[in-house]
Amino acid sequence: MTTSPLLDATGVAKNYGAVAALRNASLSVLPGEVHALMGANGAGKSTLVKILTGAISANAGRILIRGEARDIRSPAAARRAGLLPVYQEPSLIPDLDVLSNLRLTGTPVEPFRAWVRELGIPDLDIRETARDIPLAVLRVLDLARALAVEPDVLLLDEMTAALPANLAEKVLEVVRRQGDSGRAVIFISHRFVEISALCDRATVLRDGETVGVVDIVPGVEEKIVELMLGTRIVKTHVAARSAAQKAAPAPARPRLAVRNLRVGTKLNDVSFDLADGEVAGAVALEGQGQDELFAALAGSIRPSGGAIEVDGQPVKFSHPIDAIRAGLAYVPGDRAEALAMQRSVRENIALPFSAALRNWGPIAMRQERAKVVSAIERLQIDTRAQGEVQRLSGGNQQKVTIARWIAADTRTLLCFDPTRGIDVGTKQEIYKLLREVAGHGKSVLFYTSELEEVQRVCDRVIVIFGGRVVDIFPVEEADEPTLMRAAYGLPRGAKADIGILADPHSSPETSNSPNSPGATP
Amino acid sequence: MSTTAIQPVPFGRRLKRFMADRPLIPLIILLVILVVILQILRPGIVNERWIANTIKFAIPLAILAGCQTMTMLTGGIDLSVGTVATMSAFIMATQVVNQDPAVAFLLAMMPAVLIGLVNGIGVGVFRVHPLIMTLGTSLIGTGCLQVYQRTVIASGAKIPDVLAWLGTGLTYGVPNALLLFVPLAALIVFTLSRTGFGRLLYAVGDNERATRLSGVQYWQVITALYVISSVLAGITGLLYIGLIKAPSLSLAEPLVLPSVAAAVIGGTSIFGGRGGYTGTIIGALILTVLTTLLTILQMPEGARRILFGLIVLFVTAAYLRIVEER
Repeated sequence: MTTSPLLDATGVAKNYGAVAALRNASLSVLPGEVHALMGANGAGKSTLVKILTGAISANAGRILIRGEARDIRSPAAARRAGLLPVYQEPSLIPDLDVLSNLRLTGTPVEPFRAWVRELGIPDLDIRETARDIPLAVLRVLDLARALAVEPDVLLLDEMTAALPANLAEKVLEVVRRQGDSGRAVIFISHRFVEISALCDRATVLRDGETVGVVDIVPGVEEKIVELMLGTRIVKTHVAARSAAQKAAPAPARPRLAVRNLRVGTKLNDVSFDLADGEVAGAVALEGQGQDELFAALAGSIRPSGGAIEVDGQPVKFSHPIDAIRAGLAYVPGDRAEALAMQRSVRENIALPFSAALRNWGPIAMRQERAKVVSAIERLQIDTRAQGEVQRLSGGNQQKVTIARWIAADTRTLLCFDPTRGIDVGTKQEIYKLLREVAGHGKSVLFYTSELEEVQRVCDRVIVIFGGRVVDIFPVEEADEPTLMRAAYGLPRGAKADIGILADPHSSPETSNSPNSPGATP
Repeated sequence: MSTTAIQPVPFGRRLKRFMADRPLIPLIILLVILVVILQILRPGIVNERWIANTIKFAIPLAILAGCQTMTMLTGGIDLSVGTVATMSAFIMATQVVNQDPAVAFLLAMMPAVLIGLVNGIGVGVFRVHPLIMTLGTSLIGTGCLQVYQRTVIASGAKIPDVLAWLGTGLTYGVPNALLLFVPLAALIVFTLSRTGFGRLLYAVGDNERATRLSGVQYWQVITALYVISSVLAGITGLLYIGLIKAPSLSLAEPLVLPSVAAAVIGGTSIFGGRGGYTGTIIGALILTVLTTLLTILQMPEGARRILFGLIVLFVTAAYLRIVEER
C-alpha cells in the first residue's frame, strides 16, 4: 500500500558562497517509521537537518509536510509544522535552570518529567541550573523536551554520541516506540549497530546529493557504506601492531607516570603509566572522573593530590602552557572548545606556535606554511573552505584540532573522544593516524565513548570507574563485553550478562566500592 | 569554485560576492561618493589643500581608531585613549616650558604607559570588563590631570616647534604627519597579519578557551595589548596638540567615540576575532569627510549630529550586510 509521507523534501540545495553544502537532497519519511539519514563527513546531513527545522533557509527545493507545501522560515515555523530537532550540541540555556528552560519553549512540565524518567534519569532536579548538568544528561533532557511536545517528526542528530551505554540503550528504546505510535523519527547516526536495530529505511547522502534510499535488512551495511563513499571500500582494520614492538621490554622510565592522582571529589585515586610508542585507551562510563583526569594532565585544572611525572621528573601544571612545554597536548572532544571558528585552517593549526611570549614577533611564513601543509596532508583535511574553520564539516574540524599538535610535533597526545559524532571514514583515518603517531615513538592517551574503538587503536586499556582505576589490561583481552563489564566496575572474569548490566536500575553510579562483588548475579 | 563555472551567477550576486571577498572596495566606493557629493554641493572645494587638510585631521582619528581596532579584535575596547592623549599632550605642552623636550616627552608618555598597564592588568588578570576598566582609568586620569593643571598653572604652556611642524606642516603640499602615520600604520598592519602577537589578538577574540588550550597566556596578550594601545594614544596626543595648538583638559576627548565608530565602519567586529586596520583607516577618512560635508551644509548643530549618527548607523548596517552575505 502507499501511505503518503509525513515529510517529503525534494531537490533541496544550499550554497555557502562558492561551496555547495547541498546540491540535490531529497528525503521522504513515512508515518510510523524510523528513518536513518546517513552520509560521510560533509555530505550535508547537518545542513539538511538545519533546513528542515528552519535553522537556515535553503537556496532551492520543495518541502511537503503531510502533502502540503510548507515554507519553513524559522525554527518556530518548523515546530508549528510538527518538526522538532535535537541537535548535537545541547540546546538548554546554560544559565537558566531546567524549569525556566522548559517555560521558555512552552514545554509542558509533567510530560517532560515523565519522559526524563522513561529515558533512565530517575532523580532529575528541575531546579538545577543547566550549566551544572553533565553533557550526557543534557542531551537526554533535550530529547525529553522534544518528546514532551509530541512532534510528528522528530529529528535526532547523533543522539547517542557521547552517551554512556546505559542511557543510550534507553534512548534507543524510546525512539523505537515513537515509530510504533505512528509518528516518525529521522535518525542521524554513525553507529550501524543502532541503525540496524532501530531503523526501517535509510537515506544516504553523498556530496550534498541523495544517492540512495535503502531498506534496512541484515547485511545492508556494506551497501550503505558503498553508497556513502561512492566506491567499494575494503573493510580496513587498523594494521596489527607488530610483534617486535609489543615484545619490546618496558622502558625503565615511562613517558608519563600518574600516581594516586586526585581531583576534587570526582577523581579519587588514579595511577597508571604511559610509555613511548604506546596508545593507551581510557575507558569509562559518563562522568567517572575521566574529564577531570584529562583536564589535570592538560594543565587546565590543578589536582588536589597525587603526582604526575613526565620522563621521571615530577611536574606541576598551573596553565596548559606548562603541560605543552612538557610535551603533553590536549585534544578536546568538543571542537568548539579548541578552534577559533572565524579564523583560517592555517591559523588554527599554527596557533600553538605563537603562544609563547618569545614567538610573538614576525612569523616565518614559509616555514609555517610548510609545517601546516604537511600536517594538512597527513590528516587529509578538506581545505575547500579553509578561509574559516566554521565552514568545514565536523570531521574536518576535528582533524584540524589534531593537526595542530601533529604540526607542533608533540610527544604525547591526550585525545578525549576525538571521534565523537564524525563519519566512519574519518574515524578510520584518525585511528590510523594515532597508530602512526605511536609508531613514531610518541604516545597517546585515548579516551573513547565507543568501546569498539578500543580494539582498533589501543595497546592497553585503562578502565576508570568512580574516579579510580579499576583495571588495566592488554588490548587482546579487550573485547566489547569485557570492556563493558570493566566499565561498570565489575571484576574481569565475572560471568555477568551485559543485557542485565545495562539495566539502569542496577546502575552502579551510586555504589562507592567499584570492586564490590555483589554485582555479580 | 566549480559552481561558478557551471551555472551563470546573476550579476547582483556576483557583485556581492566580489565585495564580500574584498571588503575594502565598498568602503572606498563610499568614500569616493562622499567626496563627489561634497564637490557637487560646493564646486571647487576638493583641491590639494582640502585633501591635505582632511588627511591631517583624519590621522589622529585613525591612530586612535587603531587602538580600538586592536582592542576590539580581542573583544575589548579602549575608552581611555581620549584621556591618555589629552594627558600626554597637556603634560608635553606644560613641561616643555622648563624642561628639555626629550625629558618632557618621557614625562608625557609616562601616564600613557601607566594607564595602559593598569588597563591591561585589570582586564587580563582581574577580568574586569574592558568597557568599565578603561572608563574607570579614563576618569581617574582626567581627575589627575585636573590636579596637575593647578601645579603648572603659573608656568604656562607652549607647543614645541617639532610638534607644530609635524601636526600642521606641509612639505610639497604633503602633510608632514604622514611621516609618522605611514610607518605606524604599516607597523600595525604588519603586526596584525604577520606576527605571532597579531595572530593571538584575533584568536583570543575568537575563542579564548581554545587559545588557552594551545598554551596562550591571556593576561600576557591583554597586558601587552593595552599598553600598546595606550602608547599609541599618547603619541596621538602629541600629534594632535601640534595640530590644534591649544592645550585643554578635554583636548582629545571628542575623538573617542568617533574612533570606535571608525573601527566599526571599517569592518572590525566589536565582538572580537574579525577586522583589520586598513578598513579602519578608510573608516576614519569617511568620518572626517562626513564631518566636513555636514559642516558645509550649514545646519543647526543638533540636526547635524542627528544626521551624523543616522549616517554612521546606516553605513555600518549596510556594510555588514554586504560583507557578511555568504
